[in-house]
Amino acid sequence: MEDVVAKYVSQKISKTRWRPVSATALQPPEVFATGSWDNEENKISIWSVGDFAGLVPNGEYHGEPHLLCDIQHSGDVMDMQFLDQERIVAASSTGSVAIFRHHQNNQTLSISQKWEQAHYYDHSWGSASCTGIICNSPEIFTIGEDGRINVFTTDHKEAIRTIDNADSSTLQAVTRLRTTEILTVNSIGQLKIWDFRQQGNEPSQIFSLTGERVPLHCVDRHPNQQHIVATGSQDGMLSIWDVRQGSMPVSLLNAHEAELWEVHFHPSNPDHLFTCSEDGSLWHWDASSDVTERKSFLHTSGRNTSFLPHSSVNQSVISAWLSNDPTKDRMEITNLISNPTLSVNSLDVLGSCLVYGTDTESIYVKKDLFV
Amino acid sequence: MSFVSEAEEKSPGCPFVYVVRKDQDVYSQTLRKLFNESHGIFVGLQKDEKEKAGKSRTAQLVRVSKNYRSVIRACMEDSHQMAISARDPVMHMHYSTQVSVLSAMELIWNLCEIMFIEAAPAGLLLCHLLDWVRLHVCEVDNMVCEVLRNESPAKHENFWNVVTIFVLQGRMDEARQLLSKEASANPTSLHMCKVLDELMKKMPVLSPGNNQTLTEMELKWQHWHEECQRFLKDGTFASNPHMEVLCKILLGDENTILEKKELMTTWYHFLVTRLLYCHPTVKHVELHLYAQSSLDMFLGGESSPEPLDSILLAAFEFDIHQVIKECSIALSNWWFVAHLTDLLDHCNLLQSHNLYFGSNMREYLLLEYASGLFAHHSLWQLAVDYFDYCPEYGRAYLEHHIERISLDTEHKALKVLRICEQRMMTEQVRSICKIMSMKAVRNNRLGSALSWSIRAKDAAFATLISDRFLREYCERGTFSDLDLIDNLGPSMLLSDRLTFLGKYREFHRMYGEKKFFAAAKLLLMLMTARIAPCSFWMTLLTDALPLLEHKEVIFSADQTYELMKCLEDVMAAEPKKEKLQDDDAEIMKVEMLRLALARNLARAIIKEGTLEES
Repeated sequence: MEDVVAKYVSQKISKTRWRPVSATALQPPEVFATGSWDNEENKISIWSVGDFAGLVPNGEYHGEPHLLCDIQHSGDVMDMQFLDQERIVAASSTGSVAIFRHHQNNQTLSISQKWEQAHYYDHSWGSASCTGIICNSPEIFTIGEDGRINVFTTDHKEAIRTIDNADSSTLQAVTRLRTTEILTVNSIGQLKIWDFRQQGNEPSQIFSLTGERVPLHCVDRHPNQQHIVATGSQDGMLSIWDVRQGSMPVSLLNAHEAELWEVHFHPSNPDHLFTCSEDGSLWHWDASSDVTERKSFLHTSGRNTSFLPHSSVNQSVISAWLSNDPTKDRMEITNLISNPTLSVNSLDVLGSCLVYGTDTESIYVKKDLFV
Repeated sequence: MSFVSEAEEKSPGCPFVYVVRKDQDVYSQTLRKLFNESHGIFVGLQKDEKEKAGKSRTAQLVRVSKNYRSVIRACMEDSHQMAISARDPVMHMHYSTQVSVLSAMELIWNLCEIMFIEAAPAGLLLCHLLDWVRLHVCEVDNMVCEVLRNESPAKHENFWNVVTIFVLQGRMDEARQLLSKEASANPTSLHMCKVLDELMKKMPVLSPGNNQTLTEMELKWQHWHEECQRFLKDGTFASNPHMEVLCKILLGDENTILEKKELMTTWYHFLVTRLLYCHPTVKHVELHLYAQSSLDMFLGGESSPEPLDSILLAAFEFDIHQVIKECSIALSNWWFVAHLTDLLDHCNLLQSHNLYFGSNMREYLLLEYASGLFAHHSLWQLAVDYFDYCPEYGRAYLEHHIERISLDTEHKALKVLRICEQRMMTEQVRSICKIMSMKAVRNNRLGSALSWSIRAKDAAFATLISDRFLREYCERGTFSDLDLIDNLGPSMLLSDRLTFLGKYREFHRMYGEKKFFAAAKLLLMLMTARIAPCSFWMTLLTDALPLLEHKEVIFSADQTYELMKCLEDVMAAEPKKEKLQDDDAEIMKVEMLRLALARNLARAIIKEGTLEES
């Protein structure tokens, strides 16, 4: 675990997000944003883990993240996402949604747009926590404890579309499914697909975990195969869903011992998945069939050649995540934190880099995930 | 306890309100790193207890102690940086004070580590003490640097001071190196330098590497001492007072050492130097013989000892409880004593001591520290683990404190709930769910409210919410929150009313799906099995109307009899409180029902009769 750099930051971290790197760039991500929670004054901060030209000549810089700039944020940072290279959208426990701009020339952060009381129970009762956001340029979808879905665009002062009472329980997380569709998870274990081409205020599809109504806390969609969705639940279970068929998960994987706070497919290497939990652990799920297949190929040494290529072709088409055949036990799971203490609230992966933030007021960066 | 004035904005209009805080240091930004990082070490120490014994156990505890110290040092570094960058003189003062407090903490901790945890045998003990002095008496380091940077160090005004410092700290190699510079710069003193160099080289030391016995060591020491004595007596160093002083120091001449007071800066440096040259094989139980006298000699009655001095003195005197007591008084936080005491307790050094109040000292201090953390808006999460490791009162404290956490968001509530659930604190679980449930009801979020009461298995509250759902249905004619009610699953069994709500909704769904027979059967069952509350029977019977009037016969004759009985039961139970305005409509309804029931019964009898005959 020596390749993980830690930094104590004197605030509990609720969200960590890498700044996106342009598709053509080859260098690893260097800048990430964090949001804090439960502090008297919460903050959004921008950090850099980059090598500094001139500081260390040979480029062997393994320094800890250092602060570029920060800005006060009213309320807990409930969710956060980069809109583009310069802008960050943040969801607040006060019910507001704000866009922050990172001025890279003088390293400052400023607030560029804010929607107050985007989520509320009743105008007289006050605001409700905004629990999740997803940017689908030019739209920003927000969800909250009030069960409401809002659609904002940066050029409008008001929401361009609102679905009141979209859910009777708390909406916990949201992700983009296809261009006009979003997917939400709620605290009674349901997945709902919303199609914004339709005018109605009803979800186009509802999926649910059977029986126990376990709350779902996070959701992520497979970056290439849009029908594959992963969710994490209150009891630490990871579920994989195929939204094309059935209304139940394809597979239920026993994972953490407490709330599974975030799940992320690796954006460019989607056979890898990462989950973090309240129990203080962070797991790397490797479903790439590479290892076992290469091994079996060597072992059989050509005897089954007619069979092997066939199966591997099949694999790449139906994706490793949907083949839940227990006999092909090819999921490899690694725990990335050896001494868990308090909750790991958030993680983000980009390239070969992982960043995560915890309730022990620290952030961690791991630079070579796949070595 | 200390008073800290809060920012004025917190108490608008009343600048005289002060916030009283239990543990002021908990609110320091830089110290939060100390609390968080040491929390991990603390938990680690509690977990891998009892695994090892003997030597490896000691090594393990020393490693833990070093980890704690490195955390203090890191924190000190941060505070130092903050002090440098602070523009505001008040803040600068604040951070500078913090640095000195932290460095005092580290100094004390390090000495405790040497004395209590490591408890090295004679000889080795002195090595540790020398390291301790070298690490902490750093005022002289600048002088050393300055001299060494000079082109010809031997000519520097502080040259001999630096050599003396090296000798006083037992850094012989460095002293000899400097001495060789003097020898080359000053040919007249070449011989003297050589002799002194030889003496320094020969000085016997007990180091971790060699395994000589104490008697061997003492014999060698005697021999070396006599040699020094000889050179001093025959006037070898007479022409150079500096070297003469050095030789006297090697001989352990206390007055000569004491004259170099300003080079040692502290009495504990003097003590260690004195031990080095007078009692090199001192055992740690004998230290107390020299500690007090060193302090007295050093201060010379000019000034009185400060709290730090008495703490260190107590440590040298092997009085653990005095150390902890004095630290508790002198330091403004509980962090230090709590962690140190816990560590010492793991070394089995505190067994005999039980307080006349509460539990033992370790637990008492941990509880104090954790309570301070719990009062903090963010650090409360750390405190939970500390309470966990207080066997006697930890749980009671946790129960007491956890109920006072403000549940601002569901997210936070879930975290608190998880803490309680993991520890089977059913009372608190129920209370948290109830609070959240009440909040949701107030915000008119019945779905959320029901979810919370289902989680708490709070049947009474679930009933209350179910009633709200049913009332809404009666008012509006439609159900809200269908996504929830349709998915109640097994949790439906939590309360009778909830079961009814779920089943009643099921009836509507079947009816909507045109499964009339099943719907009718369910409707009847809701009444005959007494699932439906009596107040709702009339509504159910009204729901039966369209089924009775359906062109197909749905209710069998037996079922119709039962329905009739239900109607009569309702009528009989109805008290004589007939309100005038409802009267007409109500009587109308009953009449219609009776008519429909009679007609259905007739049709059912005919149908059943014909079926049987055919």
